[in-house]
Amino acid sequence: MQETLFQYLLRLGDDSLILGQRLSEWCGHGPILEEDIALTNISLDLIGQATSILKYASEIENKGRDEDKLAFMRFENEYLNTLLVEQPNGHFGDTILRQFFFDAFRKPLYERLTQSKDKQLSAIAEKSLKETRYHLKHSSEWVIRLGDGTEESHDKIQKSVENLMRYTSELFYEDKVDLDLQQKGLVCSLKDVKQEWDKTVRAVFHEATLKFPDNNWSFDGGRQGRHSEHMGYILADMQYMQRAYPNMKW
Amino acid sequence: MVESTYIWDLLEEVSDPEVPVLSVVDLGVVREVSIQDEQVYITITPTYSGCPAMKTMEDDIRKKLAEHQVKKVIIETVLSPAWTTDWLSENGRYKLKEYGIAPPENEVDKSVLFSEPTRVPCPKCDSTNTRMISQFGSTACKAHYQCNSCKEPYDYFKCLK
Repeated sequence: MQETLFQYLLRLGDDSLILGQRLSEWCGHGPILEEDIALTNISLDLIGQATSILKYASEIENKGRDEDKLAFMRFENEYLNTLLVEQPNGHFGDTILRQFFFDAFRKPLYERLTQSKDKQLSAIAEKSLKETRYHLKHSSEWVIRLGDGTEESHDKIQKSVENLMRYTSELFYEDKVDLDLQQKGLVCSLKDVKQEWDKTVRAVFHEATLKFPDNNWSFDGGRQGRHSEHMGYILADMQYMQRAYPNMKW
Repeated sequence: MVESTYIWDLLEEVSDPEVPVLSVVDLGVVREVSIQDEQVYITITPTYSGCPAMKTMEDDIRKKLAEHQVKKVIIETVLSPAWTTDWLSENGRYKLKEYGIAPPENEVDKSVLFSEPTRVPCPKCDSTNTRMISQFGSTACKAHYQCNSCKEPYDYFKCLK
């Protein structure tokens, strides 16, 4: 088995899976009907992407754990998603900003992964990129609307910025997994992705009249399986059926 | 001996569960049909990664073929080349409009950020004085629009490229 590729796919797949699960919590709770539908549509795209990615991870691992087993039967420290995607939904502005930070990261990442020498990874990236463009358009427009909206909406989303910015540097974390695959031409450098992310965030913040926080305090650990306290609750919810009735089929 | 043209004809009768006016062939999700030693191979591709209709389409294809005594069928899902709205047939576009869903405009937003929504003519009165209500509609593949002239709310089968 190609251990580093498996790890990489889990990182990619778990980001989609956990954010998809988080967004699905909005189902029936959106501030307006259109947004309820939009957030759950995006959730569906992300879970679909997670399915493709984890299915491929399962082939690489080749231990008989299919994509469902990977999604539902791992322990918390085996999930390699970033801390950003597991943060609570908070209010609508918190959710939108978290989504914007993530989409602004995923779009340039997928753009580069379409060039991967790994055919399946490049096919998944090509497919997912088309969906991600719509996600980024949606989230960035809302960040502008809320930031440049009323005094209250501005203050609220500015507070979201102070809170969530701390989780963004982890998106660009690189270790031997990335370096090994970069050398083989399978994945891209996250440094370029970071540059593009900065550009997008700056442009949107400018329109939205939002400020970057003064400090550059940041958290990490998700890529090694060290999660925030929120992760356990997500898994308790998500894995309930498989834990209560092992191997049950829907 | 079954011919692949016969299989294609049968597939024309399998409809998309979410847009029943379209067949899986009109939609462009069927990529390839081949036959080897009585074994039928069908390659399909999802429209959107999370499209919940894919499993239903696969089951419906099997059911339709089984009704016509074609039972040795292997269906494979491929992701590349990724589906785009260009795979939608001309006939499919026509059927969509007749059904009241605006077919995809062949225009995809160049810049993701700060661009105006696509102008989509109303499928009822053809007015271009319309507005986008939401980029995300009743299914993953549709956006929600309203006509400012005749007030008709309608779905737009959004352009994916």
